Amino acid sequence: MSDRENILSAIRANRPQEEIPLPDLSGLGRALGDRTETFIRMLESVGGEAVWLDGRGIDSVIRTCYPEAEVICSAVPDAPLGIAAPDDAHMLTDLDLAILPGAFAVAENGAVWVENRSGGDRTLPFIAENLLLVVLQEEIVDTMHEAYARIDFAEAGFGVFISGPSKTADIEQALVIGAHGAKHLTVLLV
Amino acid sequence: MNHSEAAARFVADDARMHWHDKALWFVRQKRDSASKSIPEWEQLREAAEGIKAHTLSRLDHYLEQFEREATAKGIHIHWAADAQRHNEIVHTILLEHGARKVVKSKSMLTEECHLNPYLEARGIEVTDTDLGERIIQLRQEPPSHIVLPAIHLTKEQVSDTFYTHLHTEQGNSDPTYLTAAARAHLREKFLEADAGITGVNFAIAETGGIVVCTNEGNADMGTALPKLHIACMGIEKLIPSLEHLGVFTRLLARSATGQPITTYTSHFHAPVEGGALHIVIVDNGRSHFLRSEKYHKSLQCIRCGACMNTCPVYRRSGGHSYGYVIPGPIGSTLGAFRDRAAFGSLPFACTLCASCTAVCPVGVDLHTQLYHHRQDVVHAGLIEKKKRFMLKAAAWLMAHPSLMDTAGKVARKLLQLLPRKLLYGKANVWGRGRELPSVPKQSFREQYRKSRAASSHSDKKHPAGGEQHE
Amino acid sequence: MRAPKIGLFIPCFVNELYPQVAFATLRLLENLHFEVIYPMAQTCCGQPMANSGCSSDVEMLAYRFVENFKPFDYIVAPTASCVTMVKEQYETFFATDDADFQKVKSSIYEVCEFLHDVVRIERLDVSFPYRVGVHNSCHGHRILGLGSPSEEHMPHYSKLENLLRLIPDIALVTLERYDECCGFGGTFCVTEPDISVAMGQDRIADHLRSGAEVMTGADMSCLMHMEGIIRREGKPLRVMHIVEILAESLEKSEG
Repeated sequence: MSDRENILSAIRANRPQEEIPLPDLSGLGRALGDRTETFIRMLESVGGEAVWLDGRGIDSVIRTCYPEAEVICSAVPDAPLGIAAPDDAHMLTDLDLAILPGAFAVAENGAVWVENRSGGDRTLPFIAENLLLVVLQEEIVDTMHEAYARIDFAEAGFGVFISGPSKTADIEQALVIGAHGAKHLTVLLV
Repeated sequence: MNHSEAAARFVADDARMHWHDKALWFVRQKRDSASKSIPEWEQLREAAEGIKAHTLSRLDHYLEQFEREATAKGIHIHWAADAQRHNEIVHTILLEHGARKVVKSKSMLTEECHLNPYLEARGIEVTDTDLGERIIQLRQEPPSHIVLPAIHLTKEQVSDTFYTHLHTEQGNSDPTYLTAAARAHLREKFLEADAGITGVNFAIAETGGIVVCTNEGNADMGTALPKLHIACMGIEKLIPSLEHLGVFTRLLARSATGQPITTYTSHFHAPVEGGALHIVIVDNGRSHFLRSEKYHKSLQCIRCGACMNTCPVYRRSGGHSYGYVIPGPIGSTLGAFRDRAAFGSLPFACTLCASCTAVCPVGVDLHTQLYHHRQDVVHAGLIEKKKRFMLKAAAWLMAHPSLMDTAGKVARKLLQLLPRKLLYGKANVWGRGRELPSVPKQSFREQYRKSRAASSHSDKKHPAGGEQHE
Repeated sequence: MRAPKIGLFIPCFVNELYPQVAFATLRLLENLHFEVIYPMAQTCCGQPMANSGCSSDVEMLAYRFVENFKPFDYIVAPTASCVTMVKEQYETFFATDDADFQKVKSSIYEVCEFLHDVVRIERLDVSFPYRVGVHNSCHGHRILGLGSPSEEHMPHYSKLENLLRLIPDIALVTLERYDECCGFGGTFCVTEPDISVAMGQDRIADHLRSGAEVMTGADMSCLMHMEGIIRREGKPLRVMHIVEILAESLEKSEG
């Protein structure tokens, strides 16, 4: 018998014979307050920053937030800036700033949903020193329950919730911002 | 060395023991703040338990669905009955791709299977990329906590390790400096890697995809740069559909560290263009748990570590004192089930305070399981014969009140008469840090009997009184 | 209508070493006009054996317990851990339809539970002008529900504090870790003595830092362990079982 058959038959023999019913999740998802205000507060609590577009152009935002960024790559369809994403992600190693669209954001934890439907490069959200995520204010939801109702993987090969800059507390529980991913994260609210 | 001996050593370094205890209590407090900020917290816990219980009751169905959905998305599914098979499969996949350098993000399953030494013995370089894991890898130690692997180390110890292996400044123990050094060092490893190995936090049957949660972004760097991604998962990681992730992603990080969510929650549903995604589904004894009435709930564990952070014994003895791949309350019950002879003593390294059960986000009845393990260990004849006999004798004595009375009288007399040196000799384990209780002249029963006898000789009802101690 | 009859259940070590706790419980209940009987044939509840893995040896103790206590309307005991033993662990020894066991299980109370929930005591003519720290023993706290566990998301409550607050001149201190285990844990106190003592020391230090002059609680086992440490280390903290405080003003006389 293959490992697969061994495992499945062991499970069938050992698991309860009667199915335990799924719980009802419909009551979950209470908002914690005003969506935008909560999102910004939670984003800041995890070390991120929120800025408003306020009629400016994205390049103006970049000049304000990341004046020293030289090597930039943008995956925002309306704002192709800087270099084009190369075929080989290994070339992105000196990237100062990556700009990506966020499909929506989650108020309860300051997270932004970033998708990759193309199957192409996935390093962009992680390899840059700094990250700018662009989110429409009306696309902020209250909780993860609403978030998952908006996600499907029929097409997308990869998606990630990003909540703040990368961090670690592995050395004596001292919080250090900037582990392997971005050292700084800004969410640009439109 | 058993837990008791290892713990005694840990406690002996009083400053360090209290430092370790405070560090973990702080994590527990952060968990409390996070949980108390969510009004629905207790309902989320119940929902999580229910989802896991349901899934385990139909696990074969969900695994088959997962395999179908994943395969349709171009993901390769492998099945490994045990640790050896898991290691062989991972190795074979690496060989087929000509991979010699591997980066690995945190996976307790790969620890359980001892994957690193297996691959290293076959000429493959494995770099653990979680900062805590990398530190202990360089030090050649096992992790002492499943979420905070280096929690037992001071920053000075980390500094020494980095000085030796990464050539950082000697004596510079600033965590920011050390982390930056690790970032640079590990970035090279990411760029050179041929393959990335990750664990799996959740596997979704409905979509055939997997979810990996990190704060550092190392799982993502390690699977986006090299094109080959191997994900290793235990069979119990399944959940039915995306909507259930809503519950678990709200509970996991808050329970583990008090964060509202991990920095990165990555959903892998297809290989990278020109790459490959392999998922290895591992049993390694998990299916045995399913049959156990008493212990099957431990399969619901989502490896958050909250039970360790709250356990007053773990905090004061450290993860290494358990001698099992996973320490603390969940480790003790898992280990004792898997190998009663080797780990049957772990359930006794516990006061049954039940704090673990109260923090568990998925309703594992930890303290109840540890109590049951104690019965099973004794039943299996694994307790010292002498100890067993003494407990049996004590039970017999306690069932005979008049004999107990006599024994009590004798004991009390002895305690009064014995000189301190004898009384507090080596054999008196109680006396190692405590005085024995002071001894009254008479037991309650003796006084009560006297006073009832006295009142039956007179008409007046005589409320009983208490006697002074000496 | 006759007054309800209470069977007084006294843990074996309280009987031997802390008779004043048993007498305080007796006085408290008699003062409330209950008829209180201490069945002389009572034995240990068997918890030390059960927690050591020898629960099968407890069977005869469980039968005796039910025999001894089934005649009573209530069974009251100055101990949460022994009450928990009877309510939670005795089930395995009896058939589900065993009426005597079900009666005993549903009528057994730890004394604070009894005073707070059944008697609903509203006043205490006691003077106790001291700063008091409440030690929340694990069984009573997390299993019998004597107080809100710090781990859980629920409004704060404490039956022990509610009872103590009936004393007009008492001052209750706020502890840093109000429900951390003291390390007694039954045989744990001698199988892992170093951690056991370390845990007890930390509880004591918390009480002292919080300004307590008296440490109290509902379980004499925890208090015995911590009192042992206090006396060995000469710490300025007095240890009293909560019934001793609640019964402070009640008439004492020599037996």
